[in-house]
Amino acid sequence: MTARFNPARFAVYLLLILFALIFLIPVYVLLSSSLKTFAEVQDLSRLWAPPQGLNLESFKAAWAGIPEKGLRGLAPNLMNSFKLTIPATILSALLGSMNGYVLSKWKFPAANIVFPLMLFGMFIPYQAVLVPLTVTLARIGLGGSLWGLILVNVVYGLPITTLIFRNYYSEVPNEMIEASRMDGAGFFGIYRFIMFPLSLPGFVVVIIWQFTNIWNEFLFAVTILQKPEMQPITVALRNLSGSQIKEWNVVMAGAIIAAIPTLIVYIVMGRYFVRGLLAGSVKG
Amino acid sequence: MKSQSRNERWIAFLMILPSIILLGIFVYGFIAWTGVVSVSKWDGIQPDYTFVGFNNYKQLFSLALGGISAIRFHIDLWNTFFFTIFFLFLCLIFGLLLAILLDQKIKGEGIFRTIYLFPMAISFVVTGVVWQWIFAPGTESRARGVNALLQSLGLDNLTWGWYTDPTRIGPFHVALIPVIIAAAWQMIGYTMAMYLAGLRAIPDDLREAARVDGAGSFGVYRHVVLPLLAPITLSALIILGHISLKIFDLIYTMTGKGPAFATDVPGIFMFETTFQGNHYAQGAAISIIMLLMVALIIIPYLIYSFRQEVEL
Repeated sequence: MTARFNPARFAVYLLLILFALIFLIPVYVLLSSSLKTFAEVQDLSRLWAPPQGLNLESFKAAWAGIPEKGLRGLAPNLMNSFKLTIPATILSALLGSMNGYVLSKWKFPAANIVFPLMLFGMFIPYQAVLVPLTVTLARIGLGGSLWGLILVNVVYGLPITTLIFRNYYSEVPNEMIEASRMDGAGFFGIYRFIMFPLSLPGFVVVIIWQFTNIWNEFLFAVTILQKPEMQPITVALRNLSGSQIKEWNVVMAGAIIAAIPTLIVYIVMGRYFVRGLLAGSVKG
Repeated sequence: MKSQSRNERWIAFLMILPSIILLGIFVYGFIAWTGVVSVSKWDGIQPDYTFVGFNNYKQLFSLALGGISAIRFHIDLWNTFFFTIFFLFLCLIFGLLLAILLDQKIKGEGIFRTIYLFPMAISFVVTGVVWQWIFAPGTESRARGVNALLQSLGLDNLTWGWYTDPTRIGPFHVALIPVIIAAAWQMIGYTMAMYLAGLRAIPDDLREAARVDGAGSFGVYRHVVLPLLAPITLSALIILGHISLKIFDLIYTMTGKGPAFATDVPGIFMFETTFQGNHYAQGAAISIIMLLMVALIIIPYLIYSFRQEVEL
């Protein structure tokens, strides 16, 4: 390659930068609006202008609420999201790992039918299960509770976690397993000493993917949890943005608070995130 | 594997059994249950499983029987159709373009990739909130969002009502345009990632060989790369297509059903009629239709995927 000016390459970079700027418009909107005061955000002549100072008032309002205006803070909802997402992610990863192990190394009769039937569960429109789901949760005493929502996210997360682990474990050579059987390892021994240690990167992919999905999930949460103080942050943010007097600076600050946890995970672990993403297209 | 004992095979099966049972109930059992609701009379808080045949479906499809419900559902189907077509088009075109651009041995590729893909990491609700602001029209004297930008550029005649505009061109509601843009913004990066993975999987020798045969860089793409990306395009079409058939969160947050159902989709209709109107049977019928539409593209895809796997 030479350092000579190359118009084609220049055009490529120009396009890439142009697209990057377009993609970042919503980020600019989020940041600039959230850092404004209410008076500033009301001034339509400065609608797209950057904030005049770094004002964190709207973040404070989004976090703690403004009781005298009847505005609820998002802090408890953020906590709910963590209380929901962390156990649901871990449980669905562990179950998915066990399923993947069985499906890749212990093929039982009909496994080739059972697995696609399991996978279909990740594509269905969840509207088609919502009513039976809420009726059943209420009947088993989990209606309107975070535990109910955890259960739901674990169950409907099983297809994707099973898929990722199954594809992952398929790459483990059968000779390795045969060898450890010679050493007397059984079903659990092979899992404990061979598969599980080998699958730590697989766990990272699955955990990141499930964390993001469950954190961002909306339909189950809005259907199952009615009480505002119980809802995760996606539902609370929707309520905040749907309120009558819209304080856009507070809504945008709330949106940032809701997006930050998954964004941090994405920026730090982006490589693994992409792997989870591509696994969703079945063949991975 | 031959050394597996009968006993251990049972243990293995027992370990996966809970998941099979849970999915059996939560997916197939509940779908069947919804199916039963969809042919019942359940209309109100109290469940009523009296069988009414396909009445609820007929009321969605027949304008004579269903009145406003049928009008709304017809609009929903058209909206889903146009939303899907334009959304897929934008995602595939720009996803492929960005992947090809990024495949040119770019300095700072990681940064560009991170920027294009980050919308996938955030919730449709956040996306809905931001794009609601961007396309909020305001009024002529107090323009907001994109309209304010257009006004400040002196392009007043280009301002319009965006998602608040009930205008239709034939069966196409123009209010869908901002929603389609928001959805594409979120999913273009995903399509790019799929294409980029596909491009990286093409061995360099193949492109080299085409170059030796005298193909220019455009010819290499036209005759070697693009044909090899066809399976990826199929996957992307299926994955994005089924997402758009069941889209809910984004539109529900950004615009709701819109003026005269301009941005309504089956997902919103089902949610509102079931949980706000208590028309459980009607909601069930809508969701079964959604399921059939998704199944129509997903089941052949799953069969195709597994056939390929077995062959490999």
